[in-house]
Amino acid sequence: MTWGTDRVTVAYGSTTALQEVSVDLQPGQIAMVVGGDGAGKTTLCRTVVGLEEIAAGAVRRPPRTCFQPETSGVWADLTVLENLQFVAGGYQLPPEHSRARIGELLEVTGLASAADRLGRQLSGGMRQKLGVAMAVLSEPDLLVLDEPTTGLDPVSRLELWSFINRSAQEGRALLISTTYVDEAERGDVVVALDEGRVLASGSVKSIIDSMPGRLFAASESLGARSWHRGDGWRVWSPDGVDMPGATPAHPDLADVVIVAALLSETS
Amino acid sequence: MTGIEATNLSKRFGDVVAVESLSFGVAPGEVVGLLGANGAGKTTTMRMILGLLSPTEGLVRIGDRPVREVDRRVMGYVPQGLGLYGDLTVAENLEFAAQAYGVTPPSLEELGLASFADRRVSQLSLGLRRRVAFVVARSHDPSVLILDEPTSGVGPLGRARLWETIHETAENGAAVLVSTHHMDEAEECHRVVLMVSGRAVMSGTVTEVVERFTTVSLSSQVDEEHVGRLRQAGATVLVAHPGWRIVGLSAADVSRILGSSAGVSESPSSFEEAFVALST
Repeated sequence: MTWGTDRVTVAYGSTTALQEVSVDLQPGQIAMVVGGDGAGKTTLCRTVVGLEEIAAGAVRRPPRTCFQPETSGVWADLTVLENLQFVAGGYQLPPEHSRARIGELLEVTGLASAADRLGRQLSGGMRQKLGVAMAVLSEPDLLVLDEPTTGLDPVSRLELWSFINRSAQEGRALLISTTYVDEAERGDVVVALDEGRVLASGSVKSIIDSMPGRLFAASESLGARSWHRGDGWRVWSPDGVDMPGATPAHPDLADVVIVAALLSETS
Repeated sequence: MTGIEATNLSKRFGDVVAVESLSFGVAPGEVVGLLGANGAGKTTTMRMILGLLSPTEGLVRIGDRPVREVDRRVMGYVPQGLGLYGDLTVAENLEFAAQAYGVTPPSLEELGLASFADRRVSQLSLGLRRRVAFVVARSHDPSVLILDEPTSGVGPLGRARLWETIHETAENGAAVLVSTHHMDEAEECHRVVLMVSGRAVMSGTVTEVVERFTTVSLSSQVDEEHVGRLRQAGATVLVAHPGWRIVGLSAADVSRILGSSAGVSESPSSFEEAFVALST
């Protein structure tokens, strides 16, 4: 069984928030949803967990699905341990089982030493880790995380990813949104969104291989199909013809998503 | 020409040392990234460079003068919160800033923003708000530009377009200092200065910095006992997708601790892993 959406459309009044968006993931896989602010990432997360009314298409999700919204959902006035216990109580987990599970989660998240700290006293990284720990407590088959790493510094981000990867190794399917393309590259499946539409989707490799035309590197801008990357410029040639003053370059995920955005701008 | 030069900067808050003996410069035309984990001292450093906070020791020079004696108009600043008036339109925000600086507001037509002139800033997408904030910060033609995570929350194409403008500003002679902790932004800087616990520990292009580190990849399963031993030896052990990543030990050390070299290999560190290696 795979989880995700089939050509799902969501509208708020006359505004189309998602247009025929499909995403497909298997147990143990990570799907990354990438796009800027307003691209439809949160709407897609909410749709997958069943919080949005869909105008067309279908959603496939297992009975045990958990969602962590962008604001981590941690109670500020409860301690780390109390937050976890409260959620365990809500799921009516058997006390012995929940004690063992909470102990294990505190250990693998590195939150054991902060177990008695109040939610409000946690750093951003700790709060996000606690949020994810609360979401995996009930051992869901599908876990949806909306921008879990936004605002985290590189060390906290890596620790959170280690925890996320562990969840995938345990056989859970994860759908995670991000605004950063380098982070999206961690997914088995990537969906790049812009204004509610899919710019590109598939594995990183298949997305890169599917880029139409060719990519070149240049030392200066060569017009509207050029963009700045690192220490120089990238230029896209739609028909694949050589560009004078530019050398062929291998595109990465960010380049291909930019090409898709340029194509969607002109269409 | 006016660059930024920070010499031997220290800032202490009581017993807390936020920044210690920090020296670095940003030449006119240069885009320099200031990188560090939360609490590394980035914000304190930026505030001292803006002249909003006095260093306990050391000096910030803008051009050839101490920052305290410099006309504020040489500086442009885009904070993370953008510093725009949400209830004012795009044109009004520009007009307001221009009057405050005593300059003529820039032409929205030339900036490709004419169709948004009468829209309230609070109604714009984040990408557009970032563009407007950047236009405001640049409207008085500052020679020093300070940007805090300038492209955070913007999609890939919008991000590339913002960076074009930032580089264009640098090419026109501005010294640009960018605070960030994302690879996507760091790779756009000519040079990065890495801060750990208030000190600059490394400087170079982001590729140079990352290439100094290797991480051990492990494809075979490890039990909790061995994970414990690796941690005791000072390693950071991370679950990868698939396998494991071990920061802080060589492949030989990892093989010795595990009693086998099966599935052990060394590979280049990611941007985040280099941070972990530096911070521990």
